[in-house]
Amino acid sequence: MSPVPPERHLLRAKDMADAHFREPLDVPALARAAYLSPAHFSREFRRAFGETPHQYLLTRRLERAAALLRGTDYSICDICFDVGLRSVGSFTTSFRRVYHMSPAAYRAAHPARERARVPTCVLQAYARPHSSSFREDRNAA
Amino acid sequence: MLKQLTYVQVWVHDQDEALAFYTDKLGMELREDVTVPEMGNFRWLSVGLPGQEVSITLMAIPGPPVFDEDTRDQIQKLLAKGASGGLFFTTDDAQRSYEELKERGVEFTQEPMQQPYGIDAGFRDPSGNHFRMTQLPS
Repeated sequence: MSPVPPERHLLRAKDMADAHFREPLDVPALARAAYLSPAHFSREFRRAFGETPHQYLLTRRLERAAALLRGTDYSICDICFDVGLRSVGSFTTSFRRVYHMSPAAYRAAHPARERARVPTCVLQAYARPHSSSFREDRNAA
Repeated sequence: MLKQLTYVQVWVHDQDEALAFYTDKLGMELREDVTVPEMGNFRWLSVGLPGQEVSITLMAIPGPPVFDEDTRDQIQKLLAKGASGGLFFTTDDAQRSYEELKERGVEFTQEPMQQPYGIDAGFRDPSGNHFRMTQLPS
């Protein structure tokens, strides 16, 4: 049998972030899914996907939060916790950095309307914000 | 004009592993398994869902003379990184199919979820190809 390319293990960790972002997931947990040490995992993940695992997980959570802001009337606090974040203040700061407005302003700017029936996996892939520099990365590569 | 879609191709990392996955785990049937010595032991391997004519060819990523080593390596990495596209299936019962496939060891990327278009779930094959299965509204 051919050896498994290392990127396949990194993809498993990326899938884990997509599927379990609601849980208290962190980089060491993702690294375990890829059978790598956290430091090596972060370097290899960035090499393969162009961003750190922390950036990926955070932007996945922000993408899901944005979807909930657009599609539900959940409170901002509930949405913050629902996407796996534990601090409303940090959530609001990260959200504003990525979407250039507060969660409340984002919701007001995106009223519910009929949308095309695009598969969820496509929506999640295309709607995830580009990761920029997050201050969180300094301590959580 | 075009009449019918007969084959779709997916790249696979290992044909034997893929064949076992698509038949034993996903329940597809083997359609063709032909090795051609005069073509460098090229192996034409196809599977399909019982009752549906369209086949899936499980294609190994070739080296020279088809692709140079760099190109083969790039495709291999893209496949392993999940960047190779996907296929969409339907199912009569997404939750039941999910439980059956999970029991067989299929790697799911998403549990069944209610969506505007039905209930769907996502999974991968051992190579990294991404698939969806959707239970359409009755």
